[in-house]
Amino acid sequence: MGHYNYWIVVVLMMIGFYIVIAHGNLIKKIIGLGIFQTSVFILYISMANVEGGTAPILAEGISRYSNPLPHVLILTAIVVGIATTALGLALAIRIKQAYGTIEEEEIQKKDNLDC
Amino acid sequence: MLAHLPVLQVIVPLLAAPLCLFLTRSRLVWVFALAVSALAFLISCLLLQQVMSSGTIIYELGGWEAPWGIEYRIDPLNALLLLIITGISTIVLLAAHTSIQQEIPEERHTFFYILYLLSLAGMLGIVATGDAFNVFVFLEISSLSGYALIALGKDRRALWAAYQYLIMGTIGATFILIGIGLMYQMTGTLNMEDLSKRLPEVEHTRTVFTAYAFIIVGICLKLALFPLHLWLPNAYAYAPSIVTAFFAATATKVAIYLLIRFTFSVFGLTFSFTALPLQILFLTLGLLGIFAASTAAIYQKNVKHLFAYSSIAQIGYMIVGFSVSTTTGLMATLLHLFNHALMKSALFLALAAVVYRIGSVQLSQFHGLGRQMPFTMAAIVIGGLSLIGVPLTVGFVSKWYLIMAVIENGWWPVAVLILLGSLLAVVYVWRLVEAAYFKPPLPGRDTIKEAPLSLLIPVWILVIANIYFGIDTRLSVQVTQAASMSLFGVSP
Repeated sequence: MGHYNYWIVVVLMMIGFYIVIAHGNLIKKIIGLGIFQTSVFILYISMANVEGGTAPILAEGISRYSNPLPHVLILTAIVVGIATTALGLALAIRIKQAYGTIEEEEIQKKDNLDC
Repeated sequence: MLAHLPVLQVIVPLLAAPLCLFLTRSRLVWVFALAVSALAFLISCLLLQQVMSSGTIIYELGGWEAPWGIEYRIDPLNALLLLIITGISTIVLLAAHTSIQQEIPEERHTFFYILYLLSLAGMLGIVATGDAFNVFVFLEISSLSGYALIALGKDRRALWAAYQYLIMGTIGATFILIGIGLMYQMTGTLNMEDLSKRLPEVEHTRTVFTAYAFIIVGICLKLALFPLHLWLPNAYAYAPSIVTAFFAATATKVAIYLLIRFTFSVFGLTFSFTALPLQILFLTLGLLGIFAASTAAIYQKNVKHLFAYSSIAQIGYMIVGFSVSTTTGLMATLLHLFNHALMKSALFLALAAVVYRIGSVQLSQFHGLGRQMPFTMAAIVIGGLSLIGVPLTVGFVSKWYLIMAVIENGWWPVAVLILLGSLLAVVYVWRLVEAAYFKPPLPGRDTIKEAPLSLLIPVWILVIANIYFGIDTRLSVQVTQAASMSLFGVSP
């Protein structure tokens, strides 16, 4: 279990993925997507860790520090994640206004009636 | 100035997008966006010329040397893609002002152009950059603005289509992110060129396998490879017509570019095609895609749906060419990429003209349109012939090269299947021709006029390009040949 953080990544990833696929509620799908993306953030942060390393700040007495690059990368990915969630929720609001529901099955049913 | 062309290609539309907010009048924003897109097109022409005459251009962002800094790398493949994207975007924008009058409420016009330019900038960024993480960032810029553009559609189903695309697209992009992370973990670099040198040392590890698998599946979701295509038909059918014309010609092409780039340049041919049974997998999925999607296209009642399914089938042809993995095969893929962009943008733009006049794209509404809108329907027929692959159109050129590549490999049955697939295209194009030319006009529709010139001119520019590049193949063949040669590492 030396790499337990990677197990957490895998478990979170699968939970998120399962929610996206299995749930019909649009908000729950976005929550699942959020968990799925968060697991990837943890993956990046874990891989940057150096055993016994501290924060990468130039100071006396510090010779081992974690790799800052993945942290920076994941800051970008977090911003992207927020944008995706915001857009997804905005679409969910518009769907609720247009269809009167946020359940996938009911939306599908209404669309089939339209055809 | 000339030395900065690679970065200007991306920066110009990216910075122009927020500037649109200062221009309030719809016509003014349109002229501005059109000028920006035309400028981007000019830059891509200059870049292509420079690449073809003096080889790969490397541009270091901020003067930071790769692999520490981000570099933009333009080789013949990138230059070709940049040319396609900016060219199509400019011609499609020409028609935008007239088309969106009817499809998007006036107060949202500015936002439409902002999103359009952002999406354009994202796609150009994906193609221009030589940094794997940068690819992800640009991918999300173009996708997020893409979801919003699709949601601008008039029909409420546009919202649902955009939502579904958002879920699928985000899963795809996150898969690519995981793959990039795993590659970084093994090599400590994000630069594509550097990755291609360092990956062979660790290519036997399971991590690299996993990275490759994640990246390929992620990209295949984005390029709508059968059976990961489910988001595409509705997204194309319910988006505003202009958006469909733009995306059908460019969005999936960018994903194909990524597939080629990661498979050939980053992971290398030996790893990609020997470590996994990728060749047979892609060949099967490509052929299945051609048949399943073409058959589905035959049964569609909505013409936008029909052409969307046909797009999935055409992606199948590109994937078959890719799976051959010889220089000719890759050349066929790239040619088809170029040609399909011309066909589909012409077809969807012509549909935009139909929507402008009759407000619907149901096949049953097309009755008698052949006489009422002769120029628009003639454009659709020529585009359709090109889809089938009739000689003197671009479709013929790419099918010819594809069949040559397949036969070179001795895959006779595949060649026969490709021809059979084209026959299916005859069926769905014929359904359209039958409705438009051989059915009497619907009652009460005598007043339908030909589409306005502002729509007809862009449509016909594309139609003429379809014929021109079908006869004079020098430019397309020369560039695609140079691109596929450079991917295989042979000097032409």
